[in-house]
Amino acid sequence: MHLLEVNNLHTSFFTDAGEVKAVDGVSFYLDRGKILGIVGESGSGKSVTAYSIMRILAPTGRIVSGSIKLAGQEIVGADERVMHTIRGNKISMIFQDPMTSLNPTYTVEHQLMEGILLHTKRNRQEARARALEMLRLVHVNEPEKRMKQYPFELSGGMRQRVMIAMALACEPDILIADEPTTALDVTIQAQILELIQDLQHKMGMSVILITHDLGVVAQMCDEVVVMYAGTICEQGTADEIFYNPRHEYTKGLLRSIPTASNNHQRLQPISGTPIDLLNMPKGCPFAPRCDSAMKICLTQRPEKLVINPYHYAACWVNVRDGLAHPEGLEQKAQPVTASKAGDSHE
Amino acid sequence: MSDTQQRKPLVEVKDLKQYFDINMGFFRTKPLKAVDGVTFSIQKGETLGLVGESGCGKTTVGRTMLHLYKPTGGEVFYDGKKIETAEDIRQMRKKATMVFQDPYSSLNPRMTVNDIIAEPLDVHRMYATKQERNARVLELMDYVGLNSEHAARYAHEFSGGQRQRIGIARALAINPDFIVCDEPVSALDVSIQAQVINMFDSLQEKLDLTYLFIAHDLLVVRHISTRIAVMYLGKMVELAPAEEIYNRPLHPYSRSLLSAVPIPDPKVARANKRIVLSGDIPSPLNAPSGCPFRTRCKYAAEECAQSMPPFEEVETGRFVACHRLAYID
Repeated sequence: MHLLEVNNLHTSFFTDAGEVKAVDGVSFYLDRGKILGIVGESGSGKSVTAYSIMRILAPTGRIVSGSIKLAGQEIVGADERVMHTIRGNKISMIFQDPMTSLNPTYTVEHQLMEGILLHTKRNRQEARARALEMLRLVHVNEPEKRMKQYPFELSGGMRQRVMIAMALACEPDILIADEPTTALDVTIQAQILELIQDLQHKMGMSVILITHDLGVVAQMCDEVVVMYAGTICEQGTADEIFYNPRHEYTKGLLRSIPTASNNHQRLQPISGTPIDLLNMPKGCPFAPRCDSAMKICLTQRPEKLVINPYHYAACWVNVRDGLAHPEGLEQKAQPVTASKAGDSHE
Repeated sequence: MSDTQQRKPLVEVKDLKQYFDINMGFFRTKPLKAVDGVTFSIQKGETLGLVGESGCGKTTVGRTMLHLYKPTGGEVFYDGKKIETAEDIRQMRKKATMVFQDPYSSLNPRMTVNDIIAEPLDVHRMYATKQERNARVLELMDYVGLNSEHAARYAHEFSGGQRQRIGIARALAINPDFIVCDEPVSALDVSIQAQVINMFDSLQEKLDLTYLFIAHDLLVVRHISTRIAVMYLGKMVELAPAEEIYNRPLHPYSRSLLSAVPIPDPKVARANKRIVLSGDIPSPLNAPSGCPFRTRCKYAAEECAQSMPPFEEVETGRFVACHRLAYID
């Protein structure tokens, strides 16, 4: 059994302008002790996927269908009381902007202790000791002094450390980090990423790392999910995604970042503009920007295709080239980062 | 590159200082030394990349150069002429301009694209007839790859990448020689970022532009720059040709900054020995004495606290400010 299994998740926002399918059929799974990266541009649905798992969607948003299982337990449709025992306890989340996700009117101590008191049987004194221990663990200097301070008194890197301490205080099974370093400078980013890696090792937890930075993914992740317009276009091990990309969008992304090898040459950008989620094309969502688009791409949404047991892509070009086959046609193919095997249990 | 070195500098900055008075309450103020004695020059046709972390003063350097702030000290020379009087500033601003970071807040939501792009033309009275003005706007929109049918629209109708194109068209309106690009691509998605970077490249070729390219994304800066300057807490710590600084950074801060950049290649990233700095950047209100980097530098010695190391040419074309350069392995 996988620690977390997301199956054909559909999450929509119901706005005045119509239904926005922010997440449109996403399936993946996460095993214990792994770091899964979700990459995509703004509006690709990566954060909404995480919010759906945590069930902290904005009031206009709703999980329309699909299943999310945490250690076999179905979360979609679960009671809010059940979610209370999961949030902050079994799954924790840290956000992009630590200033807006910390409460400016409470001290660090108060905010750290809140979760500990809520989810564990510790009394106030023990909770305070645990809070202090957590601050030390995330390498906050002068932890006793910091406990009494308010978020505005801390630097950006320090605030993110407090957020991490708060998220990990109850030893969750899964940490969801939503762009944890985007607001930070590179040298501070390096500190925070190293800290997450180190704690992940020590505590044996699993991490879902949401980012738009392919560099961060390369450095951190075992497995990668690439999202575009609410759908997964490609998923697989980090090496497969970076060295053997099979979806035209992933290929385009990798070509468009400046590296040592394309230095001072023209970059090869992806043409066109990001997709309008209110007017999704009928076929492959990437087809309007894709240079290799074929007739079928405009009319039929590509299904998840098996490249090899460690690698899936939703791109018709691979079928044309004979590089992939639909899932289930070949019996031996063992799904690695995603599974439809869960369907039979329902 | 030797070609650009022989050409004369377009912009020269000598010991530039920009202090802001911070109100400490009850008539007491304290100077925040945003830029504290920076010297460099930009050759005609080159792109100087300016990197550093937030609060290091890189944006302030760009703005002070154009006299958007009145410099606290130091001199700015544009095209060989020292900028002193209001008339000097006016003349310089006909040739030097700026592209801003945030494509959302830097465009007036009440103006049409046509008016936004034409505003510099209005200010400097650079047309005779209305037809001439409109023709120029359409030409500029064509330069930056915007559909000319959109001239009558408002900025909010455009995506981030398109807005940045509008901002660039506005900068090009005065037919400039020099553009300060202040983080022009950092608000954009990766796939759009590449489009805009390419546009900067091709505009430079076509219009013979000189850029000061300010950014914190070191991969982008490397891609676009001829030379790169690294700043830390208001001081310039290293200045060198782009490739050299990437292959062999000399200053301890440049070393750790470059090693902290996540490289989009899993095998390289795993093998990369990162120099992770401890601690945070000190507040510029309480900058350390002597070398500002000494509090986070593992090579720091007593002399580093005594005096700011001079910004010296250690190899041809390479400037570094570090007392301990000889002791770094």
